Amino acid sequence: MQSDASSTPPAPPSAIRGAQATPRLRLRDVTKHFPGCLANDRVSLDLQPGEIHALLGENGAGKSTLVKILYGVQSADSGTIEWEGRPVDIPNPGTARALGIGMVFQHFSLFETLSVADNVALALGSGTGRDASLIQEISRLSEEYGLALDPGRIVHELSVGERQRVEIVRCLMQNPSLIVMDEPTSVLTPHEVTRLFSVLRRLRDEGRTILYISHKLQEIRDLCDRATILRGGKVVASCDPRVETPKSLAALMIGRSFDGPKSDKPVSTGAGVPLLEVHGLSQEAASPFGTSLKNVSLHVRAGEVLGIAGVAGNGQNTLLAALSGESVSPRDDWIKFEGKSIGRVGARGRRDMGITFVPEERLGHGSVPDLSLDENALLSGWRRWGLVRRGLISRGKAREKAETVIEAFNVVSAGSSAAARSLSGGNLQKFIIGREILQEPKLLIAAQPTWGVDAGSAAAIQTALMELARSGAGVIVVSQDLDELFMISDRVAVIFDGHLSESRPTHATTAEEVGLLMGGLFEAAS
Amino acid sequence: MDMLILSSVAVSIMAASTPLLFAAMGELVAEKSGVLNLGVEGMMLAGAVLAFIVGLETGSGILAIAAGAAMGALMAALFAVLTLGLLANQVATGLALTLFGIGLSALLGQSYVGTPIPPLPKLSVGGLSDIPLLGPVVFGQDALVYLSFAMTAGVAYFLYRTRAGLVLRSVGENPHAAHSIGFPVIAIRLAAVLFGGAMAGIGGAYMSLSYTPMWAEGMIAGRGWIALALVVFATWRPARILLGAYLFGGLTIAQLHMQGSGQIEIPAQFLNMVPYLATIVVLVLISRDATRIRLNAPASIGKVFHPDG
Amino acid sequence: MITLDRRPETSHIWLYATPLLAVFLTVLCGAILFAFLGFDPADALHAYFILPLADQYGLGELTVKATPLAMIAVGLALGFRANVWNIGAEGQLTLGAIFGGGLALAFYGQEGPLLLPAMLIGGMVGGALWAAIPAFLRTRFNANEILVSLMLTYVAGLLLSYLVTGPWKDPMGFGFPQTRLFGEGAILPILLDGTRMHIGFPLALVAVAAAWFIVSRSLFGFQIKVVGLTPPAAGYAGFSGRRIIWATLMIGGALAGLAGAIEVSGPIGQLTPSISPGYGFTAIIVAFLGRLHPVGILLAALLMALSYIGGETAQIELGLPVAVTGVFQGMLLFFLLASDVLVHFRVRFRLRGAGRAA
Repeated sequence: MQSDASSTPPAPPSAIRGAQATPRLRLRDVTKHFPGCLANDRVSLDLQPGEIHALLGENGAGKSTLVKILYGVQSADSGTIEWEGRPVDIPNPGTARALGIGMVFQHFSLFETLSVADNVALALGSGTGRDASLIQEISRLSEEYGLALDPGRIVHELSVGERQRVEIVRCLMQNPSLIVMDEPTSVLTPHEVTRLFSVLRRLRDEGRTILYISHKLQEIRDLCDRATILRGGKVVASCDPRVETPKSLAALMIGRSFDGPKSDKPVSTGAGVPLLEVHGLSQEAASPFGTSLKNVSLHVRAGEVLGIAGVAGNGQNTLLAALSGESVSPRDDWIKFEGKSIGRVGARGRRDMGITFVPEERLGHGSVPDLSLDENALLSGWRRWGLVRRGLISRGKAREKAETVIEAFNVVSAGSSAAARSLSGGNLQKFIIGREILQEPKLLIAAQPTWGVDAGSAAAIQTALMELARSGAGVIVVSQDLDELFMISDRVAVIFDGHLSESRPTHATTAEEVGLLMGGLFEAAS
Repeated sequence: MDMLILSSVAVSIMAASTPLLFAAMGELVAEKSGVLNLGVEGMMLAGAVLAFIVGLETGSGILAIAAGAAMGALMAALFAVLTLGLLANQVATGLALTLFGIGLSALLGQSYVGTPIPPLPKLSVGGLSDIPLLGPVVFGQDALVYLSFAMTAGVAYFLYRTRAGLVLRSVGENPHAAHSIGFPVIAIRLAAVLFGGAMAGIGGAYMSLSYTPMWAEGMIAGRGWIALALVVFATWRPARILLGAYLFGGLTIAQLHMQGSGQIEIPAQFLNMVPYLATIVVLVLISRDATRIRLNAPASIGKVFHPDG
Repeated sequence: MITLDRRPETSHIWLYATPLLAVFLTVLCGAILFAFLGFDPADALHAYFILPLADQYGLGELTVKATPLAMIAVGLALGFRANVWNIGAEGQLTLGAIFGGGLALAFYGQEGPLLLPAMLIGGMVGGALWAAIPAFLRTRFNANEILVSLMLTYVAGLLLSYLVTGPWKDPMGFGFPQTRLFGEGAILPILLDGTRMHIGFPLALVAVAAAWFIVSRSLFGFQIKVVGLTPPAAGYAGFSGRRIIWATLMIGGALAGLAGAIEVSGPIGQLTPSISPGYGFTAIIVAFLGRLHPVGILLAALLMALSYIGGETAQIELGLPVAVTGVFQGMLLFFLLASDVLVHFRVRFRLRGAGRAA
């Protein structure tokens, strides 16, 4: 993140050598259909030894499918794969590993109740986590690359960063010559990202190839030697990211010039009436793997956006459940809304008071996948929209409301009777945000509102959130995306290990400062 | 109580516990792979009836036991085709398997009801079997009792000491991750379910060949369900299943002795309720701690696996 | 190789076609089974499915058997929709019979017009109380309701056995384990002369209609659906999972108990150790076969009732073993569950690895 776009860093010598050599991996015209979508459309790609090669694209561009084909998790419908100049068939991950392809997954593919060593052993072809030689090898590798790990620990006790180290060590144990990394930084603090990058550069300098999948432009410019850009399943460009600007990369990725959300950034005067006040909230996590809240305090005023940053797994879920009323607090007066104690009021009661909520998991929490949009409108809107009278549902009214949301928020769907499952992520998210906003809340709490959403929808969602605040409502946004938080919020607080930092006005803080807080360095940042 | 009575009590406790141990241990392996098969009762019944028929017709204990195991596995295969192949709901399919097993066993066994059969031979090791107390308990059992212990040790060793056991547990923990590493999730689960079925079948065979020994409709009388409860009671650990099975065996014998002694004025029906009520009590005591269940239960249990999610 | 691709939306055609497919496959396998047992399949199927419906008495019997099945199944289906697996309806039915029958015995010789309604309500109370045990243990202690409700079925059976062999035994009954026959005023009126069709059947229809109303129109029905499909979304909407567990178990228990009271005050007329040929378990099949929908359940209950009567007819006419009925019922549920895959998935056949890089 320190690199400067105007000065092109010299390409590492190995990359130049590699350019003339046989590519390590060559894909030709790889095509993969899914029902109703062409995920990869004649994708061709060369990966050289000793390079970090970015695969850049929006969500849904076909990156994950391509990676799964490479790793033998899925098979291509047509096309060829060459490894070190030889045509190969990769029917399963075992074959991929035997060739020398290693994989670090986006959603960690670890086994929570098994030890680190067991997890590593599973990915290797033989043995169990009890083998002394394996334990030794793990310790040796983790020392060599500065990836501190205790082989005997059970994975569910580890932090997100540590889990990624397990994945990387697991991958390195097989001494791969091609390492595929799928969105590896999305769950890391800025400090952890810097450390990861130095490990990756070192692996490259050893002559390995790294296929680095991301949609984060700055990161790709900092790290990668080449970039291939996917859009709608096709390769649309190939370039040297170090000489591109973030804007030009974004244009390639999105396919049109793109200005981000229309923002007259709502400069809150800080004088709105206090809506929500949380004082000294301590609460157990609902699940045994969750993080409990410790003495959390925050407040939101009408007309402002409070951003809550933090790496996933630091107590966000517990906080969100406590704020939405899905798990009630031990004490009533720990949470106050418009001066009234509501800690022991459930989700339904809080909704009646004017608090609406956008959960992180849009399919399966914010909506019921198998039900229609009509019924999903009913799900959270039945009270505030008066869709139920004397215990009976007014289906017509529910449809009307669903259609209003669809129209107002440009939700692309096959009508209001379409199942939630059938919508794309971005459109479902627009539907949910729209449903919550059109209930005219006094306070809206949104978790990861644009996570995994295409850029166009993300901008629309961010704009809607800011407009809601400008119209006088309070908004809380919990997000891992610092850029987003800096763009839309008036104040930012950071959650770490169940503690919430003091909030700071966005204009009076920096990404570095927030990054330190995300790493738990509350003292260093203050 | 003299030695003779004590040793006969011990022997009868072992007899009452053995079918539960087989069935519960088999179900444990299936559940560890992430599959909840509620058809244990049906598989035990089917195993019991076929083992009885084969035993009666051939006079061979080994063939009879093998037939019971094969029948249990066959029933389990039916379950596997539906839940693993056709992605049917595991709860509903397990119930269907039990209902089917009740009907099928009644049909197969209708002309055998009440026919006596010589029980499985007991081991007899010269003078050793005549040692008071220890002799009959240690050296005087039939082959299935010894097999049940060997199998318990084998399952424990397999699950926690071998790579194959580690793979099986990983499949139950996170089938999608196991699939992306390249393990054949469906095949592994199939093997686990078949093993569970074979064990339930042997448990049933023990009932009809040794415990009673005869065939009667519905003779398993809820032992399949108690075995399912034992797996929860044991928080999915083999050693605790052994403990639980013997606890229940002991309880069954205790209430039978109370009925037999005639010293206590409690109607037989109420004493017969004891194992069922004890199952409920045990379930409540264990399940109360939701966190412990969550940490020990295989995370994917009962969920259908489809590679695309 | 055959692959299954998840449909973006469930197929409505297959949703209704699969029960028919399952019935067809069951009849087909039934014919094979009959042939295997040494009977002419055509004769056997005729005896099984056609003969019972040939006269008015047979049709009456159909309603007699369908009444408890439909009544129990609509209650169970509400629970199944919410992933509440009450499989102890047989026990709840038994308790309903004990409560209802107990009233009949208590007021023997002094029956008034209120006795029958009191027996039916007593049956509902008995069934609901029995179902309250798993509801309490599940919501308070997280104990699995499948195992608890099932264990209670065995307990209920033993309780009934104790009563009819002990305190409630008919003093003039030559030692048989049964109570005296209920008085005239404790017997449900017959609706159609020459048959055994009694007033329980219209009651079952009322239960079906009420369940239909709950499922399709009420917020309660919507809550059940959401809790069953996606529990986190139910929490998000502010629907209480505990309340749904309680409500569905109590409704299911009350209906099973009502069915029990109807059985003993209708076709049986006394308490005996075996008052039900497994209605509580067969109702599980009925619920699934009817797609958990009240109207479907009514049709499925009639079909299952036919399988009971057909089994008896086939035994009398051809000497077919009566256990065939259980096999039929199990098979039917298997085929239904198997064909369910067509509702949610598209089945595709293709050559493995075709077109792959080689």
